[in-house]
Amino acid sequence: MSKNNSFLNRLFMVLVFVFLYAPIFLLIIFSFNAGKSNVVWQGFSLEWYGKLLNNRLIMQSVYTTLLVSLLATVIATIAGTFAAIGFFAMRRKVREPLLTVNNIPMMNADIVTGVSLCLLFVAFFNCWGSFAAWFNSLGLFRLPTRLTMGFGTLLIAHITFNIPYVILSVGPKLRQMDKNLVDAAMDLGCTWMQAFWKVILPEIKPGIVSGALTAFTMSIDDFVISYFTAGSSASTLAMTIYGMTKKRVSPEINAISTLLFVTVLILLAIINIREARQERLRQTRLS
Amino acid sequence: MKNKLSRLTIPYVIWMALFVVAPIIMVVIYAFSSADGGFTLSNFAKMGTYAVVFTRSFKLALIATAICLLIGYPVSYIMSKEGPRFQRIAMVLIMLPMWMNFLLRTYSWMSILENNGLLNQLFQKIGLIALYNNVFGTDLQFFRMINTQGAVVLGMVYNYLPFMILPIYSVIVKLDNSLIEAARDLGANSVNVFRRVILPLSLPGVLSGITMVFVPSVSTFAISKMLGGGTELLLGDLIEQQFLGGAYNPQLGAAISLVMMIIVVVCMWVMNRFGEGEEQAVMM
Repeated sequence: MSKNNSFLNRLFMVLVFVFLYAPIFLLIIFSFNAGKSNVVWQGFSLEWYGKLLNNRLIMQSVYTTLLVSLLATVIATIAGTFAAIGFFAMRRKVREPLLTVNNIPMMNADIVTGVSLCLLFVAFFNCWGSFAAWFNSLGLFRLPTRLTMGFGTLLIAHITFNIPYVILSVGPKLRQMDKNLVDAAMDLGCTWMQAFWKVILPEIKPGIVSGALTAFTMSIDDFVISYFTAGSSASTLAMTIYGMTKKRVSPEINAISTLLFVTVLILLAIINIREARQERLRQTRLS
Repeated sequence: MKNKLSRLTIPYVIWMALFVVAPIIMVVIYAFSSADGGFTLSNFAKMGTYAVVFTRSFKLALIATAICLLIGYPVSYIMSKEGPRFQRIAMVLIMLPMWMNFLLRTYSWMSILENNGLLNQLFQKIGLIALYNNVFGTDLQFFRMINTQGAVVLGMVYNYLPFMILPIYSVIVKLDNSLIEAARDLGANSVNVFRRVILPLSLPGVLSGITMVFVPSVSTFAISKMLGGGTELLLGDLIEQQFLGGAYNPQLGAAISLVMMIIVVVCMWVMNRFGEGEEQAVMM
C-alpha cells in the first residue's frame, strides 16, 4: 500500500487508541489511590497491593486462572499440532467434514459452548453416580459416587476451545510446506518419527508458536465458558470479579489488573524485540 | 506415510466426538424434553414471551457490529499505510487489551459511566451539564449513562473492536500493491480504487470481522449485567438465568440456546454465500 497518511487519519488512530486504553489506565491510576473510591483521587498509596497479597480469594483465583490457562495451552498445542498434521495427511473427503466439526467451538457463541458442556458434564456425573453405586456394591474397591464440576471440567472445557485455534494456525504452515521434503527425508532413510522431528516440526514451528499464543490469550480472556463449567469449587479471576460486581468491587481488583497489565506488557515487549532482532539478523545475513 | 500420519488425528476425533458433538446433542435433547424427561415442544412455545429479548439482543448486537465496522475498517486501512515498525507496535497495542480479562475492562467502564462517575464529573467541570440545563431548561445533576442500552452497546464495541480490526487488517495488508497501481494507471481515481479494488478484495476480512463481533455481542451476558444494570435483559442473560440463575429451567435454556445457534448459523451462511458471490465477481 502507498504510504501517505494525512494528519486527520493519524488523529483518528490516536483517538481509537485513547478509547481502547483510557479505561485500562484509569484502573492503573486508581490502583494507587489511598481511598476506596474509583472516582475520587485521595492521594498515593500502595495499600491495595498489600491487601491484594493477603486476599486469599483473589490470589487463589489468579492462581487457578494461570494454572488452567497454562495447562490448557500446553495440552492444546501438542494435541492440536498432531491433529493438524493428521488432517493434513488425510484425503480431502474425510478432512472437510472433520474440519467443519473442528470449527464449531470457534463459530459458536461462547455461552452455547459453555451451556452444552455444562449439560454434558451434569448428565455424565448422573450416570457415573449410578455406575459407581453399582460398582461399589460389587465390593472390589470403592469409587467416589458423587463427582462435581471443578478444576477438571474447567480444564477440559479450555482444552476443547483452544485446540481449534492451534489447528487454525498450524494448518496453513503445513500447506505451505514442501511435501517433497518429507518424502525426501524418508527416502534417505528417516523413519516417519524422525521425519516428523527433523523436517516437519522445524517447518511449522512459527505456526505452533502463534497457535499457542492465541490459545493462551483465549484462555486468559475467557469468562463465559469457565463460568458454566467450573462449578462452585474452582473460580477463575474473571468469575471472582463477576461475583464482586453484584455487591461492591474491592479496589484490590485495580491492583491485580495493574500487575497483569504490566506483566503482559513486559512479555509482549520481550517477544517483539526478539522478533525484530531476528528479522534484522536475517536481513543482514541476506545482504 | 500419508496414511500413518493421518492416524494422528484419531485421539482428537474422539475428543471432538466427546466434547464438541456430544454436548450439542445434549442441548438438542434438552430442548425437546420436559422437566420429567418426556418429549415436548412446549419449550419452543414458551419462547414467544421472550420475543422482545430476542429483538433487543439482535438490535444491540447489530448496532455494535456496525459501529465496530465503521471504526475498525478505517483503522485497519490507515494502519496498513504506515511503516512496518508502526504496524508492529500498533498490532501489539490492539492485542494487548485482550490479555486483560474483558471483565476487568468492563468493570472500569462502570466507574467511568456512573452517575457520579468520571465522565459526569468531567462534564460538570467543563460546564456541559449546566449548559445542557440552560439550553433545554432541565434540572439535571448528571447525565444518565450507565444502565442504558447505549452503555451496553459501548461495552460491546469496546470489548470486541479488536476482533473487527485484526481480520480486516490481515487481509488489507496482504493486498497486492500492483493491483492498485494498475487501477490507477487505468484511470481510476482514489474513490474508485477503493470502491472497485480495495473494498471487494478486503471483503473476506470484513465478513469474518462481522462474525467475530456479532456472535459474542448477541450472546453476551456479563456486559449487559454490568453496564445495563440487569434492566436490559439480553439473550445471554436469559440463558444464564435458566441454568445458574433464579429461574432454573435448563430445558428452556437449551431451547433458547438452540434457537440462537440456528439463527446465527443461518445468518453466517447467508452472509458467506453473499460474500463468495462478491469474490467470484471480482475474480472475473
